[in-house]
Amino acid sequence: MTAPLLQVDELRVTFDIRPPGAWPWTPSLKLQAVGGVSLQLAPGEALGIVGESGSGKSTLARAIIGTIPSTGGRVIFDGRDLTTMDPATRRRHRRDVQMIFQDPLAALNPRMNVGDIIAEPLLTHEPGLGRKAARRQAAELMERVGLLPNLINRYPHEFSGGQCQRIGIARALILRPRLLICDEPVSALDVSIRAQVVNLLKDLQREFGVAMIFIAHDLSVVRHVSDRILVMYLGKMMEVAPARALIATPRHPYTKALIAAVPIPDPLREKARPRPVLEGELPSPLNPPSGCVFRTRCPIARPSCAEGPPAVLNPGPGHFVACPWIDEA
Amino acid sequence: MAMVPRAAVQELEAALAAGQAVRGRSLWADARRRFMANRAALVSLAILVLIALFAIFGGLIAAWDIETVDWSALGTGAAVNGRPSFATGHYFGTDQDGRDLFARTVQGTRISLMVGIVGSLVAVVVGTLYGAVSGFVGGRTDQVLMRIVDVMMSIPFMFVLILLLVVFGRSIIMIFVGVGLISWLEMARIARGQALSIKNMEYVEAAVAIGVRPMTIILRHIVPNLAGIVTVYATLLIPNMIIIESFISFLGLGVQDPQTSLGALISRGAAQMQYGTLWMLLFPLGFLIVMLFTFFYVGDGLRDALDPKDR
Repeated sequence: MTAPLLQVDELRVTFDIRPPGAWPWTPSLKLQAVGGVSLQLAPGEALGIVGESGSGKSTLARAIIGTIPSTGGRVIFDGRDLTTMDPATRRRHRRDVQMIFQDPLAALNPRMNVGDIIAEPLLTHEPGLGRKAARRQAAELMERVGLLPNLINRYPHEFSGGQCQRIGIARALILRPRLLICDEPVSALDVSIRAQVVNLLKDLQREFGVAMIFIAHDLSVVRHVSDRILVMYLGKMMEVAPARALIATPRHPYTKALIAAVPIPDPLREKARPRPVLEGELPSPLNPPSGCVFRTRCPIARPSCAEGPPAVLNPGPGHFVACPWIDEA
Repeated sequence: MAMVPRAAVQELEAALAAGQAVRGRSLWADARRRFMANRAALVSLAILVLIALFAIFGGLIAAWDIETVDWSALGTGAAVNGRPSFATGHYFGTDQDGRDLFARTVQGTRISLMVGIVGSLVAVVVGTLYGAVSGFVGGRTDQVLMRIVDVMMSIPFMFVLILLLVVFGRSIIMIFVGVGLISWLEMARIARGQALSIKNMEYVEAAVAIGVRPMTIILRHIVPNLAGIVTVYATLLIPNMIIIESFISFLGLGVQDPQTSLGALISRGAAQMQYGTLWMLLFPLGFLIVMLFTFFYVGDGLRDALDPKDR
């Protein structure tokens, strides 16, 4: 394997929550959104991250890109630790890592026209370029993402959700970044538009050779885009494996439940198949279960699961599972 | 939903076919259309423009200047020769000292408008930037900046203004300074509140992720999105400033004679009410009231135009 483009070591993000009606001197409650996640990403690789709402996927992405400060661990990009950089150096390094957001319209400044929005990263990092040249590049990229370049003077509210997401993609790619982080880029879009945007992302990823972290709560979308998939639950990694292996032979009980929840577009088969539904709710991240965080809802949990973090097994090449009981279930 | 004229559609089709860049309709353009559709605001704006022209150029058509005394309109002659009349050149009559009220109203309107506009300009520039920085930076900086505003607001403003005028002498500059000192406080709070909510929008996060400098983010992404509410508040602030100046002048602390302001004119006119020279009160009072009303209507129209969801 080549040297990783991105290496995340035991990354933690903790939020301070002020209890309601607290005195100024009472200590804040600690909400652990990301509890020690490690991952590696090779250049050009696409990693999918799935998990239900509140599992810390988006927080992980924002901690990697640095819009949320991390409280522990390291993010090493291209051999340099991003978490210890001073703000000015960090700003210069941002050109290599770009992000696509969940709500396509909210991610665009309503007072700026499309050309200026797409050209903004370019003018920020290459101020000598000039607005005209930057807008010309923006127009070229608009064409590439499937927008008519003569709409360059229009404003975000004049576009549909799918078009807005294309603008967001163009803005993220104009600097030719080496890592693209997509935070649920299609979950706010209409189902009919989803496939188009996902395919566009996939094509552009190949064309630009950019590594990608693709976050979604929908396994069927992630499967389509990713080379590898990482499953998160309550801020912890549950399982990571090559996409094909994870879908075909899921080992972790949580992954199995997630895959079982993906609907099959055939009512007869859908009715016939067994359905290991998860019981209960996601526990509060303010007070996560001891030991394995999944044990409160796990069908194969046993008393010893509460004692410590679960051992990580390696049942196949590149396949890691944070559950010691997978061979017995 | 209004029908789109066919010609406009054809024009758009032609432009699309030719591959020309189409002009987008910005939120500002939308707001302008909504404002233009608001009759009361539009009429008020027209009246305001007329009043402004009156204040700037009214001196050219005045037959008298602001300080020359018309001796025939003094004393018992005031009720007779001091009447508003075109024959004597006193279009609005004279004041109790026999000076031409038309010229003096022009002068007073100009001072009142200037006080309003200066106060509101200071509020827009200082208040918006102060509030946007405070809200965007957040944390301890925000706490300190906002406590400074709280402290300044807790000082009784009228008292300070009167002290300023007493200590440094009565002058229009001192009124500008005093009005400038307080007008931005409320604006800073409003701008900060808005900046706090804009800060959490994804486009600001996108700008951070792109690597835009914090000051550029404030100027490019926060301030333009504050501009709607700031414009409305600034328009509504102008009449408040005019009222403060008029009140100060009514107390006799405003501008120096022979300079005058609407408040001073009203004060002098009110003192003469029982002598049958009501025009001394009614002309300046009319201008003040019309100005206040039209500013409020324009502000209202701007609010509806800039914030159509928030009615």
